[in-house]
Amino acid sequence: MRAVIAGLGTAVPSEVVTNADLASRLDTSDEWIRSRTGIAQRHVAPAGIATADLATQAGAEALKSSGDTHADAVVLATMTPDRVCPPSAPTVATRLGLPAGLAFDLNAACSGFVYGLAVADALVRAGAARRVLLIGADVMSRVVDPDDRNTAVLFGDGAGAVVVEAGDDGPGAVTALDLGADGEGADLLAVDAGGSRLPAELTTVLHGGHYLRMDGREVYRQAVTGMAASCSRLLAAAGVAATDVDHLVAHQANARILSAVAGRLGIAPERCVVNVDRFGNTTAASVPLAMADLHDAGAAAGALVLLTAFGAGLTWGSALVRWPDLARR
Amino acid sequence: MSTYDRISTILVDRLGVAQDDISPEATFEELDLDSLDLVEFALGAEEEFGVRIGDEEAEGLRTVGDAVALLETKGVGAATA
Repeated sequence: MRAVIAGLGTAVPSEVVTNADLASRLDTSDEWIRSRTGIAQRHVAPAGIATADLATQAGAEALKSSGDTHADAVVLATMTPDRVCPPSAPTVATRLGLPAGLAFDLNAACSGFVYGLAVADALVRAGAARRVLLIGADVMSRVVDPDDRNTAVLFGDGAGAVVVEAGDDGPGAVTALDLGADGEGADLLAVDAGGSRLPAELTTVLHGGHYLRMDGREVYRQAVTGMAASCSRLLAAAGVAATDVDHLVAHQANARILSAVAGRLGIAPERCVVNVDRFGNTTAASVPLAMADLHDAGAAAGALVLLTAFGAGLTWGSALVRWPDLARR
Repeated sequence: MSTYDRISTILVDRLGVAQDDISPEATFEELDLDSLDLVEFALGAEEEFGVRIGDEEAEGLRTVGDAVALLETKGVGAATA
């Protein structure tokens, strides 16, 4: 038995922030942002719209696309839940009218969707759930410092979802996974305040401790080598050559990282999905949003697709998937 | 191959620099390489030479000659000369 992907849905806020918008209030420029990141615009949730809202919308679309609106598990990969407590997944499940099954949040930052795919795969194959709605959703604009030109240009808001159910080796099959983590890099990408180490209080807010900070150069280095190594391990374990990969769907953090990873793996640029120009880095939503682009581009059912992601923690994960046979969106 | 030639190969193969533009005096800025390119260059040099190049060291590089000198202080070249 295999866990197979049977539906796909996305949601992004309609509001768009362009590079020119950012350049009007920060010491940056469209040229600088494009050349360093490949990003031209990002979708940003208006006040009042939170992760569960985008997650519900993407989840509903994924269920509809799978042809069956039922699921008995909801796994929500996010690092920006609506509230620190409770988890947001039960709210999403209830809004979607799903009967009481298991529902929980999973925080593996930018690797969250691939980690979630591994969890969904395990739940289905163990018989603990029949149909898992896996959603990656983040509203990063709420944790990014609007005055930090190094991070404010990078992130966007969004959600993407898939349905995972039992099947065979045909289209949709999740055939191999590689996950990893390294806490040595825990300080490279962090929101320092608001947790149990440094609770939120007046001074933490005054010092911007509730904002994401990032060591960009070291993260670049770790992300490039980490994703390339994870993919290489996965391909070797699965006995698949990089030249056999039809499409690479890598976490959309930065166009430069994408091309560096693809170059190391020997995967040609035309086989790499790139939508970071339109969405920026949407954290846990990044991989499913890129999968939606691949679907819209007409990827063939059964095509061999390599998913890979890298994020705070540090965490990383890669998966080999036979492209599902999905209805046109 | 000299350290300089191996560095030139990294610049051409990984960063798309034109061979003719490379000289010991050429600055990374003149070669149109930015800070992320320097990280990528450092990664390439680490893989090529089996040494570790810190971010501060990479940031301090101004010319191709600086990179040769940095790598030679790490013992690169002595064994392969």
